[in-house]
Amino acid sequence: MSADGDADRARRFREAALPHLDDVFTLARYLMRDAVDAEDAVQECYLRALRHFDSYRGPAMKPWLLAILRNVCVGEFARRSKQPAPAESAAADPHEDETPMWQEPQASPEAALLRQHDDKTIRRLVAALPQPFREAIVLREVNDLSYGEIADVAGVPVGTVMSRLARARSMLRAAWNVEEGTPR
Amino acid sequence: MTCEESEVLLHALIDGELDAGHAREIEAHLAACPTCTAKLEAFGAMREAMAVAHLKEAAPAHLRRRIDAAIPAPTTRVVGLGKSWQTTWRTFFGGFSIGTALSAAVAASLVIAVFRDDQNQQITSEIVSAHLRSLQAHHLTDVETSDRHTVKPWFNGKIDVSPPVIDLTAQGFTLIGGRLDYIDGKEVASVVYRRREHVINLFVAQGLGTEHAIAASETRHGFNVRHWTEGGLDFWAVSDINAGELDEFCQKLTAAPHPPAPPS
Repeated sequence: MSADGDADRARRFREAALPHLDDVFTLARYLMRDAVDAEDAVQECYLRALRHFDSYRGPAMKPWLLAILRNVCVGEFARRSKQPAPAESAAADPHEDETPMWQEPQASPEAALLRQHDDKTIRRLVAALPQPFREAIVLREVNDLSYGEIADVAGVPVGTVMSRLARARSMLRAAWNVEEGTPR
Repeated sequence: MTCEESEVLLHALIDGELDAGHAREIEAHLAACPTCTAKLEAFGAMREAMAVAHLKEAAPAHLRRRIDAAIPAPTTRVVGLGKSWQTTWRTFFGGFSIGTALSAAVAASLVIAVFRDDQNQQITSEIVSAHLRSLQAHHLTDVETSDRHTVKPWFNGKIDVSPPVIDLTAQGFTLIGGRLDYIDGKEVASVVYRRREHVINLFVAQGLGTEHAIAASETRHGFNVRHWTEGGLDFWAVSDINAGELDEFCQKLTAAPHPPAPPS
Protein backbone atom coordinates (compact mmCIF):
# COMPACT_ATOMS: atom_id res chain seq x y z
CA MET A 1 0.00 0.00 0.00
CA SER A 2 1.32 3.43 -0.84
CA ALA A 3 2.17 5.93 1.84
CA ASP A 4 -0.57 8.21 0.55
CA GLY A 5 -3.04 5.35 0.67
CA ASP A 6 -2.12 4.61 4.27
CA ALA A 7 -2.36 8.25 5.23
CA ASP A 8 -5.71 8.62 3.57
CA ARG A 9 -6.96 5.43 5.15
CA ALA A 10 -5.85 6.52 8.60
CA ARG A 11 -7.47 9.89 8.12
CA ARG A 12 -10.73 8.35 6.99
CA PHE A 13 -10.67 5.91 9.86
CA ARG A 14 -10.00 8.67 12.36
CA GLU A 15 -12.84 10.82 11.07
CA ALA A 16 -15.26 7.95 10.89
CA ALA A 17 -14.44 6.02 14.06
CA LEU A 18 -13.22 8.45 16.72
CA PRO A 19 -16.50 10.38 17.05
CA HIS A 20 -18.08 7.17 18.39
CA LEU A 21 -15.52 6.63 21.13
CA ASP A 22 -17.92 7.59 23.93
CA ASP A 23 -20.54 5.18 22.62
CA VAL A 24 -18.05 2.35 22.38
CA PHE A 25 -16.65 3.12 25.82
CA THR A 26 -20.09 3.22 27.41
CA LEU A 27 -21.07 -0.16 25.99
CA ALA A 28 -17.72 -1.56 27.13
CA ARG A 29 -18.38 -0.30 30.66
CA TYR A 30 -21.69 -2.09 30.76
CA LEU A 31 -20.39 -5.29 29.21
CA MET A 32 -17.09 -5.60 31.08
CA ARG A 33 -18.27 -4.08 34.40
CA ASP A 34 -14.77 -2.89 35.16
CA ALA A 35 -13.22 0.39 34.09
CA VAL A 36 -9.77 -0.99 33.27
CA ASP A 37 -11.15 -4.01 31.41
CA ALA A 38 -13.46 -1.67 29.52
CA GLU A 39 -10.59 0.53 28.40
CA ASP A 40 -8.58 -2.47 27.20
CA ALA A 41 -11.59 -3.74 25.29
CA VAL A 42 -12.17 -0.36 23.64
CA GLN A 43 -8.56 -0.13 22.59
CA GLU A 44 -8.59 -3.63 21.15
CA CYS A 45 -11.83 -2.78 19.37
CA TYR A 46 -10.31 0.25 17.65
CA LEU A 47 -7.21 -1.69 16.63
CA ARG A 48 -9.32 -4.45 15.10
CA ALA A 49 -11.53 -1.89 13.41
CA LEU A 50 -8.50 -0.18 11.89
CA ARG A 51 -7.16 -3.52 10.69
CA HIS A 52 -10.49 -4.38 9.06
CA PHE A 53 -11.32 -0.88 7.90
CA ASP A 54 -10.64 -1.83 4.26
CA SER A 55 -13.44 -4.35 4.37
CA TYR A 56 -15.86 -1.89 5.98
CA ARG A 57 -18.67 -1.10 3.57
CA GLY A 58 -20.82 1.18 5.67
CA PRO A 59 -23.14 2.86 5.92
CA ALA A 60 -23.36 3.05 9.70
CA MET A 61 -20.04 3.17 11.52
CA LYS A 62 -21.42 3.08 15.06
CA PRO A 63 -23.08 -0.38 14.95
CA TRP A 64 -20.04 -1.74 13.12
CA LEU A 65 -17.75 -0.57 15.92
CA LEU A 66 -20.15 -1.78 18.62
CA ALA A 67 -20.31 -5.21 16.98
CA ILE A 68 -16.51 -5.41 17.02
CA LEU A 69 -16.47 -4.29 20.64
CA ARG A 70 -18.99 -6.93 21.54
CA ASN A 71 -16.85 -9.60 19.88
CA VAL A 72 -13.85 -8.42 21.86
CA CYS A 73 -15.82 -8.64 25.12
CA VAL A 74 -17.32 -12.04 24.29
CA GLY A 75 -13.84 -13.30 23.39
CA GLU A 76 -12.43 -12.00 26.63
CA PHE A 77 -15.13 -13.73 28.68
CA ALA A 78 -14.61 -16.94 26.74
CA ARG A 79 -10.90 -16.76 27.48
CA ARG A 80 -11.58 -16.19 31.16
CA SER A 81 -14.09 -19.00 31.40
CA LYS A 82 -11.27 -21.41 30.58
CA GLN A 83 -9.54 -20.16 33.67
CA PRO A 84 -10.77 -20.81 37.19
CA ALA A 85 -11.75 -17.14 37.63
CA PRO A 86 -15.49 -16.35 37.68
CA ALA A 87 -17.10 -14.97 34.56
CA GLU A 88 -20.30 -13.33 33.34
CA SER A 89 -23.69 -14.56 34.52
CA ALA A 90 -24.86 -11.49 36.36
CA ALA A 91 -28.08 -12.67 37.88
CA ALA A 92 -26.56 -15.66 39.60
CA ASP A 93 -23.28 -14.01 40.42
CA PRO A 94 -22.78 -14.25 44.17
CA HIS A 95 -20.06 -11.59 44.01
CA GLU A 96 -22.40 -9.08 42.49
CA ASP A 97 -22.80 -7.12 45.68
CA GLU A 98 -19.09 -6.98 46.29
CA THR A 99 -18.22 -5.55 42.91
CA PRO A 100 -20.89 -3.16 41.78
CA MET A 101 -20.13 -1.50 38.51
CA TRP A 102 -20.73 1.92 39.92
CA GLN A 103 -19.78 2.31 43.52
CA GLU A 104 -22.44 4.51 45.01
CA PRO A 105 -23.01 5.53 48.56
CA GLN A 106 -26.04 3.82 50.02
CA ALA A 107 -29.22 5.65 49.21
CA SER A 108 -30.62 7.94 51.84
CA PRO A 109 -33.53 6.45 53.76
CA GLU A 110 -35.93 9.18 52.71
CA ALA A 111 -38.42 7.81 50.25
CA ALA A 112 -38.45 11.18 48.52
CA LEU A 113 -34.81 10.86 47.66
CA LEU A 114 -35.23 7.32 46.45
CA ARG A 115 -37.92 8.47 44.12
CA GLN A 116 -35.65 10.89 42.34
CA HIS A 117 -33.87 8.26 40.32
CA ASP A 118 -30.82 10.17 39.47
CA ASP A 119 -28.44 9.10 36.74
CA LYS A 120 -26.43 6.99 39.12
CA THR A 121 -29.40 4.96 40.30
CA ILE A 122 -30.46 4.27 36.74
CA ARG A 123 -26.93 3.22 35.82
CA ARG A 124 -26.80 0.89 38.78
CA LEU A 125 -30.13 -0.71 37.90
CA VAL A 126 -29.13 -1.17 34.27
CA ALA A 127 -25.73 -2.54 35.30
CA ALA A 128 -27.45 -5.13 37.48
CA LEU A 129 -29.37 -6.67 34.58
CA PRO A 130 -28.17 -10.07 33.31
CA GLN A 131 -26.05 -9.94 30.18
CA PRO A 132 -28.18 -10.31 27.06
CA PHE A 133 -30.80 -7.96 28.51
CA ARG A 134 -28.28 -5.42 29.70
CA GLU A 135 -26.69 -5.37 26.28
CA ALA A 136 -30.03 -4.95 24.51
CA ILE A 137 -31.22 -2.07 26.67
CA VAL A 138 -27.90 -0.23 26.50
CA LEU A 139 -27.71 -0.58 22.72
CA ARG A 140 -31.24 0.77 22.49
CA GLU A 141 -31.40 3.52 25.13
CA VAL A 142 -27.82 4.69 25.35
CA ASN A 143 -26.28 3.87 21.98
CA ASP A 144 -29.58 4.69 20.28
CA LEU A 145 -29.50 1.85 17.75
CA SER A 146 -32.52 0.63 15.80
CA TYR A 147 -33.82 -2.90 16.32
CA GLY A 148 -32.19 -3.97 13.08
CA GLU A 149 -28.84 -2.58 14.16
CA ILE A 150 -29.10 -4.21 17.59
CA ALA A 151 -29.84 -7.51 15.86
CA ASP A 152 -26.70 -7.11 13.76
CA VAL A 153 -24.52 -6.21 16.74
CA ALA A 154 -25.81 -9.02 18.94
CA GLY A 155 -25.99 -11.53 16.09
CA VAL A 156 -29.61 -12.50 16.78
CA PRO A 157 -32.89 -12.08 14.86
CA VAL A 158 -34.94 -8.92 15.33
CA GLY A 159 -37.62 -10.97 17.11
CA THR A 160 -35.08 -11.92 19.76
CA VAL A 161 -34.12 -8.28 20.14
CA MET A 162 -37.76 -7.43 20.76
CA SER A 163 -38.26 -10.11 23.38
CA ARG A 164 -34.97 -9.23 25.09
CA LEU A 165 -35.93 -5.57 25.25
CA ALA A 166 -39.33 -6.46 26.64
CA ARG A 167 -37.67 -8.65 29.26
CA ALA A 168 -35.04 -6.02 30.06
CA ARG A 169 -37.61 -3.30 30.58
CA SER A 170 -39.79 -5.57 32.70
CA MET A 171 -36.86 -6.42 34.97
CA LEU A 172 -35.83 -2.80 35.10
CA ARG A 173 -39.35 -1.72 35.98
CA ALA A 174 -39.49 -4.29 38.77
CA ALA A 175 -36.14 -3.13 40.18
CA TRP A 176 -37.31 0.46 39.79
CA ASN A 177 -40.44 -0.21 41.80
CA VAL A 178 -38.43 -1.93 44.51
CA GLU A 179 -36.25 1.18 44.76
CA GLU A 180 -39.29 3.38 45.05
CA GLY A 181 -41.30 1.20 47.36
CA THR A 182 -38.79 0.06 49.95
CA PRO A 183 -37.03 2.78 51.89
CA ARG A 184 -33.90 1.37 53.40
CA MET B 1 -54.41 -9.56 19.98
CA THR B 2 -53.68 -11.15 23.34
CA CYS B 3 -51.98 -9.47 26.28
CA GLU B 4 -49.05 -11.82 25.76
CA GLU B 5 -48.51 -10.58 22.22
CA SER B 6 -49.05 -7.01 23.25
CA GLU B 7 -46.47 -7.43 26.03
CA VAL B 8 -43.69 -7.60 23.44
CA LEU B 9 -45.17 -5.39 20.75
CA LEU B 10 -45.83 -2.41 22.98
CA HIS B 11 -42.07 -1.97 23.29
CA ALA B 12 -41.80 -1.79 19.52
CA LEU B 13 -44.55 0.81 19.68
CA ILE B 14 -42.64 2.86 22.27
CA ASP B 15 -39.48 2.56 20.17
CA GLY B 16 -41.23 3.60 16.98
CA GLU B 17 -40.34 0.31 15.32
CA LEU B 18 -43.82 -0.99 14.63
CA ASP B 19 -45.29 -1.12 11.15
CA ALA B 20 -48.67 0.51 10.58
CA GLY B 21 -50.62 -2.77 10.57
CA HIS B 22 -49.29 -3.96 13.92
CA ALA B 23 -49.57 -0.48 15.36
CA ARG B 24 -53.27 -0.42 14.57
CA GLU B 25 -53.71 -3.87 16.09
CA ILE B 26 -51.97 -3.01 19.32
CA GLU B 27 -53.76 0.31 19.60
CA ALA B 28 -57.05 -1.55 19.29
CA HIS B 29 -55.93 -3.91 22.04
CA LEU B 30 -54.76 -1.05 24.26
CA ALA B 31 -58.09 0.72 23.90
CA ALA B 32 -59.76 -2.33 25.40
CA CYS B 33 -57.13 -3.37 27.95
CA PRO B 34 -56.35 -1.11 30.93
CA THR B 35 -53.60 -3.47 32.13
CA CYS B 36 -51.59 -3.17 28.95
CA THR B 37 -52.30 0.56 28.78
CA ALA B 38 -50.85 0.97 32.26
CA LYS B 39 -47.78 -0.96 31.17
CA LEU B 40 -47.37 1.20 28.12
CA GLU B 41 -47.47 4.31 30.28
CA ALA B 42 -45.03 2.89 32.83
CA PHE B 43 -42.55 1.78 30.17
CA GLY B 44 -42.94 5.06 28.34
CA ALA B 45 -42.18 7.01 31.53
CA MET B 46 -39.19 4.78 32.20
CA ARG B 47 -37.85 5.31 28.71
CA GLU B 48 -38.28 9.06 29.17
CA ALA B 49 -36.35 8.94 32.47
CA MET B 50 -33.55 7.01 30.80
CA ALA B 51 -33.48 9.47 27.93
CA VAL B 52 -32.94 12.48 30.16
CA ALA B 53 -30.41 10.75 32.41
CA HIS B 54 -26.84 11.06 31.24
CA LEU B 55 -26.14 7.39 30.79
CA LYS B 56 -23.49 7.80 28.18
CA GLU B 57 -20.03 8.07 29.62
CA ALA B 58 -17.25 10.14 28.17
CA ALA B 59 -14.21 8.03 27.36
CA PRO B 60 -11.34 9.07 29.61
CA ALA B 61 -8.83 11.42 28.01
CA HIS B 62 -5.94 9.01 28.48
CA LEU B 63 -7.85 6.31 26.58
CA ARG B 64 -8.58 8.73 23.75
CA ARG B 65 -4.88 9.63 23.57
CA ARG B 66 -3.85 5.98 23.62
CA ILE B 67 -6.13 5.15 20.72
CA ASP B 68 -5.18 8.32 18.90
CA ALA B 69 -1.54 7.35 19.18
CA ALA B 70 -2.21 3.88 17.82
CA ILE B 71 -3.69 5.21 14.59
CA PRO B 72 -1.00 6.17 12.10
CA ALA B 73 -0.53 9.90 11.79
CA PRO B 74 -1.88 11.07 8.47
CA THR B 75 0.57 13.95 8.03
CA THR B 76 3.39 12.35 6.06
CA ARG B 77 5.37 15.55 6.05
CA VAL B 78 5.82 15.48 9.79
CA VAL B 79 6.80 11.86 10.23
CA GLY B 80 7.90 9.39 7.59
CA LEU B 81 4.82 7.27 7.27
CA GLY B 82 6.40 3.82 7.00
CA LYS B 83 8.30 4.56 10.14
CA SER B 84 5.37 6.07 11.97
CA TRP B 85 3.26 3.05 11.19
CA GLN B 86 5.87 0.65 12.55
CA THR B 87 6.64 2.84 15.50
CA THR B 88 3.00 3.20 16.32
CA TRP B 89 2.36 -0.48 16.37
CA ARG B 90 5.52 -1.21 18.28
CA THR B 91 4.63 1.52 20.73
CA PHE B 92 1.20 0.10 21.10
CA PHE B 93 2.29 -3.45 21.65
CA GLY B 94 5.14 -2.34 23.86
CA GLY B 95 2.81 -0.99 26.51
CA PHE B 96 0.72 1.73 24.98
CA SER B 97 3.04 4.59 25.77
CA ILE B 98 2.44 7.72 23.80
CA GLY B 99 4.85 9.30 21.35
CA THR B 100 4.54 12.98 22.08
CA ALA B 101 5.47 14.16 18.61
CA LEU B 102 3.13 11.67 17.09
CA SER B 103 0.29 12.75 19.32
CA ALA B 104 0.91 16.34 18.44
CA ALA B 105 0.78 15.50 14.75
CA VAL B 106 -2.36 13.53 15.34
CA ALA B 107 -4.00 16.34 17.27
CA ALA B 108 -3.16 18.80 14.53
CA SER B 109 -4.63 16.53 11.90
CA LEU B 110 -7.91 16.29 13.74
CA VAL B 111 -8.89 19.81 12.82
CA ILE B 112 -7.81 19.60 9.19
CA ALA B 113 -10.94 19.87 7.14
CA VAL B 114 -11.59 17.46 4.35
CA PHE B 115 -10.61 19.00 1.08
CA ARG B 116 -13.05 18.54 -1.72
CA ASP B 117 -13.15 20.07 -5.15
CA ASP B 118 -16.72 21.00 -4.77
CA GLN B 119 -17.29 24.09 -2.68
CA ASN B 120 -20.52 22.78 -1.18
CA GLN B 121 -18.89 19.50 -0.30
CA GLN B 122 -16.17 21.42 1.44
CA ILE B 123 -18.65 23.47 3.39
CA THR B 124 -20.49 20.33 4.45
CA SER B 125 -17.18 18.90 5.61
CA GLU B 126 -16.43 22.06 7.52
CA ILE B 127 -19.86 21.96 9.10
CA VAL B 128 -19.24 18.41 10.29
CA SER B 129 -15.74 19.32 11.48
CA ALA B 130 -17.12 22.31 13.38
CA HIS B 131 -19.72 20.03 14.93
CA LEU B 132 -16.98 17.58 15.94
CA ARG B 133 -14.85 20.35 17.37
CA SER B 134 -17.76 21.61 19.40
CA LEU B 135 -18.12 18.16 20.94
CA GLN B 136 -14.47 17.43 21.53
CA ALA B 137 -13.04 20.68 22.75
CA HIS B 138 -15.45 21.23 25.64
CA HIS B 139 -16.48 24.33 23.83
CA LEU B 140 -20.03 23.56 22.99
CA THR B 141 -21.52 26.86 24.02
CA ASP B 142 -20.27 30.39 24.60
CA VAL B 143 -23.53 31.32 26.21
CA GLU B 144 -25.24 28.54 28.06
CA THR B 145 -28.91 28.95 28.74
CA SER B 146 -32.22 27.45 27.81
CA ASP B 147 -33.74 30.92 27.54
CA ARG B 148 -33.96 32.06 23.94
CA HIS B 149 -34.33 35.65 25.11
CA THR B 150 -30.80 35.38 26.43
CA VAL B 151 -29.31 33.56 23.48
CA LYS B 152 -30.60 35.85 20.76
CA PRO B 153 -29.31 39.16 22.14
CA TRP B 154 -26.00 37.48 22.93
CA PHE B 155 -25.28 37.26 19.20
CA ASN B 156 -25.93 41.00 18.76
CA GLY B 157 -22.78 42.86 17.87
CA LYS B 158 -20.78 39.66 17.61
CA ILE B 159 -21.93 38.69 14.18
CA ASP B 160 -23.63 40.23 11.16
CA VAL B 161 -26.56 37.86 11.09
CA SER B 162 -29.28 37.74 13.68
CA PRO B 163 -30.11 34.06 13.91
CA PRO B 164 -33.63 33.08 14.88
CA VAL B 165 -33.44 31.38 18.27
CA ILE B 166 -36.40 29.11 18.75
CA ASP B 167 -37.22 27.19 21.87
CA LEU B 168 -38.22 23.66 20.94
CA THR B 169 -38.09 22.19 24.43
CA ALA B 170 -41.77 21.34 24.33
CA GLN B 171 -41.13 19.42 21.10
CA GLY B 172 -38.34 17.38 22.65
CA PHE B 173 -35.35 19.43 21.51
CA THR B 174 -33.82 21.32 24.41
CA LEU B 175 -32.18 24.66 23.69
CA ILE B 176 -28.87 24.68 25.54
CA GLY B 177 -27.09 27.75 24.24
CA GLY B 178 -25.23 29.52 21.49
CA ARG B 179 -21.72 29.74 20.16
CA LEU B 180 -19.64 31.63 17.60
CA ASP B 181 -17.93 29.37 15.11
CA TYR B 182 -16.02 29.63 11.88
CA ILE B 183 -16.95 28.02 8.59
CA ASP B 184 -14.89 28.66 5.51
CA GLY B 185 -13.07 31.40 7.37
CA LYS B 186 -16.27 33.28 8.14
CA GLU B 187 -17.98 33.81 11.44
CA VAL B 188 -21.19 31.90 11.81
CA ALA B 189 -23.69 31.57 14.60
CA SER B 190 -24.42 28.20 16.11
CA VAL B 191 -27.55 27.62 18.13
CA VAL B 192 -27.10 24.44 20.16
CA TYR B 193 -29.84 21.97 21.00
CA ARG B 194 -29.87 18.67 22.78
CA ARG B 195 -31.98 15.60 22.10
CA ARG B 196 -31.47 12.91 24.74
CA GLU B 197 -27.70 12.37 24.71
CA HIS B 198 -27.24 13.98 21.35
CA VAL B 199 -26.13 17.46 20.45
CA ILE B 200 -27.57 19.28 17.47
CA ASN B 201 -25.64 22.23 16.11
CA LEU B 202 -27.74 24.63 14.06
CA PHE B 203 -25.36 26.79 12.08
CA VAL B 204 -26.73 30.04 10.71
CA ALA B 205 -24.82 32.19 8.23
CA GLN B 206 -25.24 34.57 5.36
CA GLY B 207 -23.66 34.18 1.93
CA LEU B 208 -22.30 30.70 2.44
CA GLY B 209 -23.17 27.72 0.27
CA THR B 210 -25.79 29.69 -1.60
CA GLU B 211 -25.49 27.33 -4.54
CA HIS B 212 -27.86 25.09 -2.68
CA ALA B 213 -31.08 26.55 -3.98
CA ILE B 214 -33.12 23.82 -2.37
CA ALA B 215 -32.96 21.94 0.86
CA ALA B 216 -30.37 19.19 0.90
CA SER B 217 -29.65 16.34 3.19
CA GLU B 218 -26.53 14.32 3.48
CA THR B 219 -24.77 11.88 5.74
CA ARG B 220 -21.11 12.37 6.41
CA HIS B 221 -19.12 10.03 8.66
CA GLY B 222 -22.28 8.96 10.40
CA PHE B 223 -23.45 12.52 10.99
CA ASN B 224 -26.60 13.73 9.38
CA VAL B 225 -26.51 17.17 7.83
CA ARG B 226 -29.47 19.20 6.63
CA HIS B 227 -29.15 22.44 4.73
CA TRP B 228 -31.76 24.95 3.72
CA THR B 229 -32.12 28.67 3.14
CA GLU B 230 -34.77 30.86 4.60
CA GLY B 231 -35.14 34.61 4.74
CA GLY B 232 -31.76 35.09 3.07
CA LEU B 233 -30.00 33.01 5.70
CA ASP B 234 -28.30 29.66 5.29
CA PHE B 235 -29.11 27.00 7.84
CA TRP B 236 -27.28 23.78 8.52
CA ALA B 237 -28.44 21.32 11.14
CA VAL B 238 -25.90 18.64 12.02
CA SER B 239 -26.10 15.86 14.57
CA ASP B 240 -25.57 12.17 15.14
CA ILE B 241 -29.25 11.64 15.87
CA ASN B 242 -30.94 9.52 13.25
CA ALA B 243 -32.09 11.01 9.98
CA GLY B 244 -35.77 10.85 10.89
CA GLU B 245 -35.27 12.78 14.11
CA LEU B 246 -33.13 15.41 12.43
CA ASP B 247 -35.84 15.83 9.80
CA GLU B 248 -38.32 16.20 12.63
CA PHE B 249 -36.09 18.85 14.19
CA CYS B 250 -35.90 20.80 10.92
CA GLN B 251 -39.65 20.57 10.40
CA LYS B 252 -40.41 21.76 13.94
CA LEU B 253 -37.90 24.54 13.55
CA THR B 254 -39.21 25.84 10.25
CA ALA B 255 -42.82 25.36 11.31
CA ALA B 256 -42.34 27.24 14.60
CA PRO B 257 -43.44 30.86 14.58
CA HIS B 258 -40.26 32.91 14.31
CA PRO B 259 -40.63 35.24 17.23
CA PRO B 260 -40.22 38.94 16.67
CA ALA B 261 -38.03 40.89 19.07
CA PRO B 262 -40.67 41.35 21.76
CA PRO B 263 -41.64 37.81 22.65
CA SER B 264 -45.16 36.60 22.25
